Amino acid sequence: MSIAEAEAAGKPGERAPDLLYSEAERDLAGSLRSLLGARCRPEDVLGRLGGPGQADRPGETEPYDTVLWKAIAGDLGCAGLLVPEEQDGAGASFREAATVAEELGRAVAPVPYLGSAVVATTALLTVGDDLTVRELARGDVTAALAVGSESAPGAAFPLTARVSGPKSSDSRAGVHRLRGRVRGVADALSADLLIVPSDGVPHGLYVVGTGVEGVRRTPIVSLDMTRQLCDIDFEDAPARAIASGAEADRALQAALSAGAAAIASEQLGLADKCLEMTVAYVKERRQFARPVGSFQGLKHRLADLWVGLTQARAAARYAAACLADVDSDAPLAIALAKSYCGDLAVRAAEECVQMHGGIGFTWEHPAHLYLKRAKAASIAFGTSDAHRASLARLADLPGA
Amino acid sequence: MLDGPELNAPVSDGSVPDGSVPDGSALTAGDIRDRVRQFLAATNPVSTPRQDFLHARFDAGLAWVHYPPGLGGLGAPRALQVVADTEFAAAGAPDNDPGGNAIGLGMAAPTILAFGSGKQRKRWLRPLWTGEEIWCQLFSEPGAGSDLASLGTRAVRDPGGDWVVSGQKVWTSLAHQARWAILVARTDPDVPKHRGLSYFALDMTAPGVEVRPLRQLTGEAEFNEVFITDVHIPDADRIGEVGDGWKVATGTLMNERVAIGGMSMPREGGMIGGAARAWREHPERRTPGLHDRMLRLWAEAEIARLAGLRLRQQLAAGQPGPEGSAAKIVFARLNQEISGFEVELAGAEGLRYDDWTMRRPAHADFFGRGPGYRYLRAKGNSIEGGTSEILRNIVAERVLGLPSEPRVDKDVPWKDLPR
Repeated sequence: MSIAEAEAAGKPGERAPDLLYSEAERDLAGSLRSLLGARCRPEDVLGRLGGPGQADRPGETEPYDTVLWKAIAGDLGCAGLLVPEEQDGAGASFREAATVAEELGRAVAPVPYLGSAVVATTALLTVGDDLTVRELARGDVTAALAVGSESAPGAAFPLTARVSGPKSSDSRAGVHRLRGRVRGVADALSADLLIVPSDGVPHGLYVVGTGVEGVRRTPIVSLDMTRQLCDIDFEDAPARAIASGAEADRALQAALSAGAAAIASEQLGLADKCLEMTVAYVKERRQFARPVGSFQGLKHRLADLWVGLTQARAAARYAAACLADVDSDAPLAIALAKSYCGDLAVRAAEECVQMHGGIGFTWEHPAHLYLKRAKAASIAFGTSDAHRASLARLADLPGA
Repeated sequence: MLDGPELNAPVSDGSVPDGSVPDGSALTAGDIRDRVRQFLAATNPVSTPRQDFLHARFDAGLAWVHYPPGLGGLGAPRALQVVADTEFAAAGAPDNDPGGNAIGLGMAAPTILAFGSGKQRKRWLRPLWTGEEIWCQLFSEPGAGSDLASLGTRAVRDPGGDWVVSGQKVWTSLAHQARWAILVARTDPDVPKHRGLSYFALDMTAPGVEVRPLRQLTGEAEFNEVFITDVHIPDADRIGEVGDGWKVATGTLMNERVAIGGMSMPREGGMIGGAARAWREHPERRTPGLHDRMLRLWAEAEIARLAGLRLRQQLAAGQPGPEGSAAKIVFARLNQEISGFEVELAGAEGLRYDDWTMRRPAHADFFGRGPGYRYLRAKGNSIEGGTSEILRNIVAERVLGLPSEPRVDKDVPWKDLPR
């Protein structure tokens, strides 16, 4: 649906987009859940992070599961969901993309789906970099948008990297050189390509390979062990310009909006899984000669979490529907979904740790993976507070 | 704890005039529209007297299109009701004042349809739908609120097979206007509490029924106490089998929760709209703390609205889920928080109350009165129709499958329970 058609259909908030999962989405989610259930169990994810002896050296283990990603990207076609079929993609919509994010969130899967198949792909589709889009859609390469993972939709164009001018040895025209440092980038450690916003006249977006001289990625010991960040230094790195000025702004905003909407669905899936794990545990765990799940002190909190999930699901689906339908209500929908799902996921993960008692506080139990993902993701693409603050403008509720 | 029957179970009805059973499930919105237009061509919505018009609409199967033929419906999908209502409203036709008979339409009618005999459906549903006969609900008692199954109103069988009923009911809206009541009473005190109940329709004009207003903390009296002293109920007015009262009653309660949580509205259509307008109109009252609360409440209210929309989409797609139980918990909390916020935002104005006069409104008036009233009235939202605590138990046990608290009253005859 075009924006004109969408606007003709009614005022924002009065239209009623489909908030359910389509049959195709349910099939896709089912396939992905089977795959993850076989190859990305919590103990598998924990195992990648090293046993007790390696726990203090996470940077030395492989942070992203590239084998699993090949299966998700290639076999299931998840890398190219947002890409039209004529560009080697699956020609699906943002609804399907959000459903995949939800499943990956349930598994805290250490794959670069969000950064590559959603954020970077959206940026490249916006600027029309056909060749790179095709490579990404096929799952042959992955890319990351080189911005701090906390960057929110509406953020100013980042200027920490800048164009440094060609070297004298650059014979080919069109080769640029970048200098500077970008801190705290998600999904870049496993990426083949970086999309780098850079200062210049005008500012623009550049594609840089990660394997070339002049690009240095330094892993960060990250709060979220399943989505490790890195700092990136550019020292006259060779770069290809893909957009400048207003077009670059537009591509960056589209990418960050897509990221915020998708991570809301990811948080929904994470919260759902936390509730599921916790309910299963409190049914089994007995104290005072009865399952601890029979105590109202726990039951009511779990019921409230479930109620919260019904709300979060509506918010996440609405954001996905708005992006899929190019609805002018999308900025508001994203602000609602990111703030609500982010807060709910943190609460679900915190309750998961608490209601598991002692075992939930151990390294061997996966609850901490969810807690770390939830807390970090509540900051990524803008905090809940920042997204609510944007409602002041979007819903006409100005501050003092 | 609630073992309700399947809601909206298909009801085979033997009352189709020509004896055939037409399948209305294939009817489309266009079919309904055509039928309404044909009906309106034959029955002038403006010149026909109101009751005559409503009778004719019922008899044409256009009252509640999802009800069976012969009982005001066509056996059509429930989602098509809105098509009929919209067509009638557009033609300026009189409606059946659904707000004035909310319990009849929302609770009594589905129960009569699901559990009543053919004769009972014929007798009660038509005047119920037209509003000629208002219904109320006699469930709660002073000693039986959340623990409804412990209620003590006694129905004793007389030698002729009819019933003599005595007891006290409370929190009964519309009792002072109602012709009929749905009533749960204890027919067997010697078995555990859930098993000794039966369900009746009570003629509110019968001798021995006394209705007294019950004044609530808002100053008015939406509700009543109903004193029942040796009231005769014919056995023909029993709904469901003797001893099945709990099963029938829980079906009705589920309808109540769906009715409370399932309303459709536009953005800012609920209580949040008043708060948002006050916020926009009074920049001088804004503070950073209130701003944060305003934004949180607006976001939560809008998301709750979307969740309601999603719930209705699920029902329309034939994928009913347990999400309806969430809606009332959310609605109650948000109404309370938003109205509390509004009183604070009003500042000195919030110290004034519009009216403590004892009045007799038919229902809560959230849009016609001031924030103080809304704040006080909303306190009832987490109590009426199942407290939020009981709803959390239901979600925990029925949706999440968590074990129940140890029960001391499960296998004890009702008469031996401590009270």
